[in-house]
This record gives sequence, structure tokens and C-alpha cells, in this order.
Amino acid sequence: MSTSNFPGGAIVRHAAVWIAAIVVIIVMPYVFTSSSSVSMMSQMGVFIVFALSYNMLLGEAGMLSFGHAVYFGLGGFLTLHAIRAVNDDVWSFPLELMPLVGGLGGLAFGVIFGSVSTRRAGVTFAMITLGIGAMVEASANMFTNFFGGESGVSGNRVTEVTLLPFSYGPQIEVYYLIGAWTIVAALLMFLLTKTPLGRMANAVRDNPERAQFVGYSTTIARFIQFALSGFFAGIAGGLFAILFEIMTAPNVGLIQSGAVLLMTFIGGLGVFFGPIIGAVLVTYMQIALSGFSEGWILYFGLLFVLMVMYVPNGIAGVIVSHFAPWQAGLAHRFAVPYLLAIVPALLALAGLVTMIEMGYHLSLAYDPSRPIELFGMEITATSVAAWVVAVALFAAGLVALRWVAGRIRQRWGEVNQAMDAQRAKQ
Amino acid sequence: MIESVVFSLLNGVLYGMLLFMLASGLTLIFGMMGVLNFAHASFYMLGAYCAYSISQVLGFWGALVIAPIIVGLLGALIERVGLRNVHKHGHVAELLFTFGLVYVIDELVILVWGQLPVDYRIPEALDFTLFSLYGSDFPAYRGFILFMAVAMFVAIYLLLVRTRVGMIIRASLSHPDMVGALGHNVPRIFTFVFAFGTGLAGLAGVMAGNYFITEPGMAFAMGPIVFVVVVLGGLGSLGGALVASLIIGLVTTFAVGMNYSIADMLASAGIAFGQDSVLGINLSRFGPMLPYLLMVLILIFRPRGLMGSRES
Repeated sequence: MSTSNFPGGAIVRHAAVWIAAIVVIIVMPYVFTSSSSVSMMSQMGVFIVFALSYNMLLGEAGMLSFGHAVYFGLGGFLTLHAIRAVNDDVWSFPLELMPLVGGLGGLAFGVIFGSVSTRRAGVTFAMITLGIGAMVEASANMFTNFFGGESGVSGNRVTEVTLLPFSYGPQIEVYYLIGAWTIVAALLMFLLTKTPLGRMANAVRDNPERAQFVGYSTTIARFIQFALSGFFAGIAGGLFAILFEIMTAPNVGLIQSGAVLLMTFIGGLGVFFGPIIGAVLVTYMQIALSGFSEGWILYFGLLFVLMVMYVPNGIAGVIVSHFAPWQAGLAHRFAVPYLLAIVPALLALAGLVTMIEMGYHLSLAYDPSRPIELFGMEITATSVAAWVVAVALFAAGLVALRWVAGRIRQRWGEVNQAMDAQRAKQ
Repeated sequence: MIESVVFSLLNGVLYGMLLFMLASGLTLIFGMMGVLNFAHASFYMLGAYCAYSISQVLGFWGALVIAPIIVGLLGALIERVGLRNVHKHGHVAELLFTFGLVYVIDELVILVWGQLPVDYRIPEALDFTLFSLYGSDFPAYRGFILFMAVAMFVAIYLLLVRTRVGMIIRASLSHPDMVGALGHNVPRIFTFVFAFGTGLAGLAGVMAGNYFITEPGMAFAMGPIVFVVVVLGGLGSLGGALVASLIIGLVTTFAVGMNYSIADMLASAGIAFGQDSVLGINLSRFGPMLPYLLMVLILIFRPRGLMGSRES
């Protein structure tokens, strides 16, 4: 390719992407000005860091962890205790650097738990992380001084010890603090993938035997990767603590660990920016859907299961797979089948959403015969006709979708052939 | 003292046997298919809820027979439609698939049966006192659970070891190609095994749903602990699952009953220790954490578990 002849090109392109990201972070609060959207974007920043740190394990090193919230949560608790210490004038440390406390805490626990868990790989490793996650969550009952018992630990982020002349009381100041940390942490994690360590993590993921033959210890590569991932998870936890000013025991627990796994997987494991997409999308949907429907967890579960089955590379994987046809000038050939797919996909989705919403309404509502509002219509969940229509929509959509999927697969075959032919000509 | 020990022993064995009913299906599925079914406890919850609905019409005994079959058929459907397609992406993808199933099944249960606990009761025929000990009653239903768990262990063991079906199942794990070459449909055997395992989870749900409370949180309460049991016993080992279930049942039951701390014990031995330190924490608070500690330790030092024959 032409870019490889020009060594500075890659760096310039990367720098452009990062500068664009910084500009986006700066501009966003001027586009979405309401306090709820600033709060949502702050959460997105926190979870971008968390999901990227998780991808250091699952995506970069092939380590499936069910306990990553341990480092996130413990980092958050430590940060909050540090903030409380500053509140009480016991300690003096600027708030801007507080996430470092969480990061170092996450690193410390990553070293401790990583030293025992990273000796194994695959399913055994996954089980150990699950065990450690459940253990730490259960230990919250014992160490009530640290975890704060049922009510958790809360603090006040306005410590009056800061580097810059901000109080960090207003939401917008916290947003920019989180934005700055997000950029720094993401950049560091990106650079890590370019180091020999990042490459070894990839090698250990793809072919551990061969990595050992080259002379590397797979255990040490996994361990360093795991500990560093704990560091960034701890930073995310620290940002979370600053944002919400409260940490509770479930923040270290299995549900939080599951959430980050979902985000990262939906976004896409194989590509660096995949978890960013996942974190933004899942945070948005979580907040938007939980106001709209009781069943947002069900929608997430279904989305996740379908993606495991049909789109194992996540959203980012789908995007990246279109780069080659795009460069070959063949991307337009997908336009028709993709547009065709939209109609049945929307039909099936409408049918499914109607069924799920009516189901929840029947089982949860105080008065099930009261109509629900959906797609601008009033639908009565107790009427048989509504169910028949919903099921019919769903079934018809699915059948049509199967047909379109065949067309899309066929078109991919044609495009791949055309690209091979182009390459052969060159 | 003896009174509380005897009752802790009885309750511990009972809890252990309930765990075993749940763990046996999980360990079978893993042993036969290499799939760690994260959603196993969700099938257990489905069993309890199905039993509740069926028992409204047919009574408990009808539910006891039909609910596990329904759960098993659902398991077969999920294996056929989902898991089999994911299989080609490897074990991690299978694990992720069953992990996603947890969210889906748990939410579907809320969708169908609502958020509140349902009134799933012990059948009247078993609602009497089996015997009294030190003035406390031992309900007959607990005896029934014990009986069913033992019967289940014997039946599964005989099925696997003594019958031709069991032989083919075991062979499909170690030599799938050869079993296929002999004309057996290996994917169908896997579907059958998954259905059987989830059906056992359903049966455990039928038995435990009215002993505990049938509510949407019951899968989450059981899920991690069942994992502990199969890992501790050795993945794929039925005997190991039995031993590990009893260990976990007894350990957690006894820990809950201990109302003193290590510092108290040291104090009675003449060593004074601050009650504020870690040693001053009441031992009963260690209870929920002990199984996971055991699991982590066993995975580190003996990853094949107590009686497992191989590492996962």
C-alpha cells in the first residue's frame, strides 16, 4: 500500500485522529448543553476507560475475565477514601490527580490477584477471576470500614485542594476533568499496544506455544498485561468515584464485571476503538432505555447473545471489514442489499419490542388493561389482536431478513472476488 | 452445643444435596460437551417457576414430572439454535453465549411471572414432621429432597456407567470422530446431553423452589456457588460434585452458626487481641466468602479439582 512508503504518514494520521477526539470532547458540551447530557457524557468517559482497560485483557491478550470490576471498584473506593482524607484535612493531594490513587490501587490489587490467576489461561483463568470477583464482593460484608456496609462510602469532591483554579463542584468542570483523563488513559493504552509487551500479549493470545518457543514466558506477559489493565481500571474507578461521589459494594461485584464485558464485546474486541463504541453505545442505551422500558436488560441480553452468534467481532469489526471494499471502490455495491435489510429488520424489531413491552406490561403493571404507548400508538396488551399483529410482524420480518441475509452474503462473495481480481491485476 | 451441631450437620447435608442436584447437570454438560454453562442456575429458576405454574393445575406431583421435561426441551432448543452455531468459535464464545443467556432468561422470568415472589408451596402430602430431635422438628419435605438427590446420583451414575447410552455419551467426549464414524449422530448426542443437564437443573428448581423462595433473584443467588461446587469437585466429575456439594453445604452452614471471632478464641486462650482488627470480625461473616476462597485456592493449587481427571 502507498502509505507504507511514507513512514511519517501513519503517525500523522494517528495524530489527526487523537486531535479530532480531543476536539470532540471539548465541543460536545456546547452541542448537548443540558445537565443530564453532560452527566451522561461524563459517564461515557468513565466507561470508555474501563472498557478499554478490559479490552487489554480480552481483546489484546485473549483473557476472559469475569471479575474486572474488582480493580475498578477497589480503585474507586480508595479514591473516595483519599478524597475523604483531604476533606478531613488529614492529607493533601490535588483532586485532578486523585484518579491516580485509584489507578495505583487497581495496580496493587492487579499485582496481587494477577500473580495467582495469570498462571492459568482460558476457561480456568475465567473461573479464577469469577471466584476472586465473588470473593471480593462477599468480603464487603466483613470489611465494613472500607466498603461502608449497605450505604457505601460517600465523599465530597470539592476538596479545595486543586492544581487549576476550578472547584470541580459544577458538572461541567468534572466533565472536562474526566475528558482529560479519558484522552490520557486511552492514549497510553493505545501506545501500550504498540510496545513489545502489547505485541507479546497478542502472541500469547493467538499462539501461546509459539510465543514460548520464541523465548517469552506466557505467564509473565499475561501477568504484566493483567496488572496494567488493573491500573487503568482503577483510574476508571477513581473517575467514577469523583463523578458520583459514592461507591457501594455492588461496584466491585459480578454485575459490574458483566457490564464491562458486555460493553467491550458489543463494541468489538479486535479493534482498538471497539470498546469506545461499546462504552458510548451501552451507556447511552442504558440511560435512554431504562427511562423508556422496564426491560432494558432483556434488550441488552438479546443484543449480546445475537452478537455472540452472528457478529463475534462486534460493531467495530463490522466497520473495519468494510475498509477493504471501500479502498477498492466497491463499497457502493452493498448499498442496495443493506437498504433492503433495513425494512425487515425494523419490522422484526417492532414486533419483538411490542411483544416484550406488552409482556412486561401484563406482568408488572398495576392495571394491565390500561393501554401502553408505543411507536406513537396506543396498544392494549390484553387484546389478542395486538399479540397476533406483533407476532406476525416479528415472523414476517425474520423471514424477510433471512432472505436479505442470503443476498448480502452473496454480494460479499462477489465483492471479495472482484477485490481478488483487482489484486491479481496489480 | 451437640444440638446445634446435629442440626447444622443435617441442614448442611441438605443444602449440600440441593447444590449437588444443581451441580450434577452442570458438571455433566461440562464433562460431555466441554461447555461451561453459565446459565445453569437460570434453568434452575425456570424449573421452579414452571413448577409453580404447573402445580396450579396439576398439583406438585404433576409439576415434578413435567417441569423438568419442559426445561430440558427448552435447553435442547437453545443448544440446537444457539450453542451449536457458536461451537465453531471455540470455548470462550460458548462461555460468552451462556453468559448472555443469563440476562435473557432472568429477564424473561420477570416478564412472564413478574418481579414479586410467587406462592409456590410444599405439597400438603409432604407437609408433616418426619421426626423431632431435641424439641425441634425435621420436616418431611427435607427428607424428600435428600431422598431425591441420592436417587438422582445413583440413577445418573448407573445411566453413564452401566448402559449403552451412557457408553456412547462418554465415548463422544473422548473420541467424537470415532463415534461419528460408527454411525452415531454426535451433535444430536450433545443436544441430548445439554437437554438432560438443563432438565436436571429444572428438577433441582422444582425441589428447591418451594423449600426456598421462588423469586427472580434465586438464579443469581445460586449461580456462582454452583460454579464453586463443580470447580471444587473437578469439572466433569459426578463423584467430585457430590463430595464438593457436601463440603460447601457443611462449611457455609457451620460458618453461619459461628457467633464468635478469632480474637474471641485467642482471648479464651489467654491472648488479648483488639476487637477492631481483622481477627475481631465475627466468623459468621466469613461464611459467604469461604466458598469462593476455596474455589480460588483449588484453582491455583489443583486446577483439576478434588476428583477431576483433567484440567479444563
